[in-house]
Amino acid sequence: MSRLTLLSLQVLVTVVSIGAWYVLTTYPVFGHILLPPFFFSTPVDVVKQIVAWFVSGVIWKHLWVTLWESILAFVIGSIGGVLVGFWFARQPRTAAVFDPYVKMANALPRVVLAPIFTLWLGLGIWSKVALGVTLVFFIVFFNVYQGIKEVSTTVLANARMLGMNEGQLMRHVYWPSALSWMFSSLHTSVGFAVVGAVVGEYLGSAAGLGYLIQQAEGVFDVGGVFAGMFVLAAFVIVIDALVSVIEKRLLVWRPAPADARP
Amino acid sequence: MVPAVELSDVDIAFRLVGGGEYRAVTGANLKVADGEFVSIVGPTGCGKSTLLNATAGLISPVAGGVSIYGSALDGLNRRAGYLFQADALFPWKTAIENVAIGPETAGVPRQKARADALQWLSRVGLGAFGDRYPHMLSGGQRKRVGLAQVLIRDPKILLMDEPFGPLDAQTRQIMGNLLLDLWSADRKAVLFVTHDLEEAIALSDRVVIMSAGPAARIIGDWTVALQRPRDIGEIKLDAAFHALHREIWQMLKAEVVKGYAQAGAA
Repeated sequence: MSRLTLLSLQVLVTVVSIGAWYVLTTYPVFGHILLPPFFFSTPVDVVKQIVAWFVSGVIWKHLWVTLWESILAFVIGSIGGVLVGFWFARQPRTAAVFDPYVKMANALPRVVLAPIFTLWLGLGIWSKVALGVTLVFFIVFFNVYQGIKEVSTTVLANARMLGMNEGQLMRHVYWPSALSWMFSSLHTSVGFAVVGAVVGEYLGSAAGLGYLIQQAEGVFDVGGVFAGMFVLAAFVIVIDALVSVIEKRLLVWRPAPADARP
Repeated sequence: MVPAVELSDVDIAFRLVGGGEYRAVTGANLKVADGEFVSIVGPTGCGKSTLLNATAGLISPVAGGVSIYGSALDGLNRRAGYLFQADALFPWKTAIENVAIGPETAGVPRQKARADALQWLSRVGLGAFGDRYPHMLSGGQRKRVGLAQVLIRDPKILLMDEPFGPLDAQTRQIMGNLLLDLWSADRKAVLFVTHDLEEAIALSDRVVIMSAGPAARIIGDWTVALQRPRDIGEIKLDAAFHALHREIWQMLKAEVVKGYAQAGAA
């Protein structure tokens, strides 16, 4: 399939689905409207709402808050995951002791923690950051742990024969291996940072995309909910594209970066 | 003169997961003189690599001793360079970084290490490939980088574990000649493990035969009195080469058959 055909087919999907949405919410079929705008809004209303947000500029504040929460959640969760991952991988005894608790904490649906974080950290950004951290931490932690455990024994033996001490092994062997595993899960962990921020906002906040959606829902403004969803989707796509660029730069030594995506 | 490597009555065993132990090598005696090229040949799974790992200090024998230039080996063998069978390059480092890592680890300033590394890469014919990552190189090129990585540290002893095993026949021959070239410029003691008898005879001063495992022993030791410098392709046409090959093969064949029978039974 050529690039052009692909692109036109992709555009066609948008046109058909939005067209169907428009027709079914606006024109009656056999006497009644199949998708009542009260429940399904209409594409026109959604676009109007999005335009209104951008024209008045209110959206920027919410985008900024969500972005900031996601970044903080990602950075803090990653640092924690790297540190604990290294610690556990190098100290199998500690890892064995904590193993059931790590599994338990990871199995817990993190959403249930949101009210507790709100209670502890208030309605500001930190309760959302905390929720994001609990999601990001485990992904990074498991990847770093695995990255260190799965260093090829031959490469390790070679490094030792080349005269490396513990510190040098850490720097030249374990660290790059752990990082490569972590980067290969970058899409997932960044995605979860955003999920943590938005879900946290949705459950209780004063700003952010999740707040925007929750507010619209509170007054049965379905158009507002859909508009918030579309802005959120665009936001995530932009972040994902940025991650792809970063990933490409960081993993040049990998045979096929495309395969690195989980 | 003190031998570069001396194995005396070396026994090597591994603990099995289900309890008990597997005796890989038993009563191995071997001397490699300074500057001597010795090959170890034996059937698959006979413990050749195990013996090499003991010489490298990566594993320690349960009985007997390894001494390096007269002093007993304790921990890693710091005077040896090891070329592994599997890919051992750091995949996240470029060819030149891979070669420079040895000197850098030893405290040589980065600039100097890089310059030396480039020189070694040229010596193995990869001067223009310094900025490639291992996955961008062919199997033969990776082995060349590995060779440069080991030799730049100027080890007195070179341990090689079927280094050319995964390569195709032509590349093996080229790599063999490259190895002989580099070796003749600066004679190190070499312990070369292979399952390929022809390769062993073509390269070595001595060929040592191991019996089939478990509890493999060294059962034969031949001196290869062929003239040097050699070309691996040409020496294989030599009548003396054939005579020696036939003689050693008689012994090796029996062990190979035994090895297969045991592998089949296991």
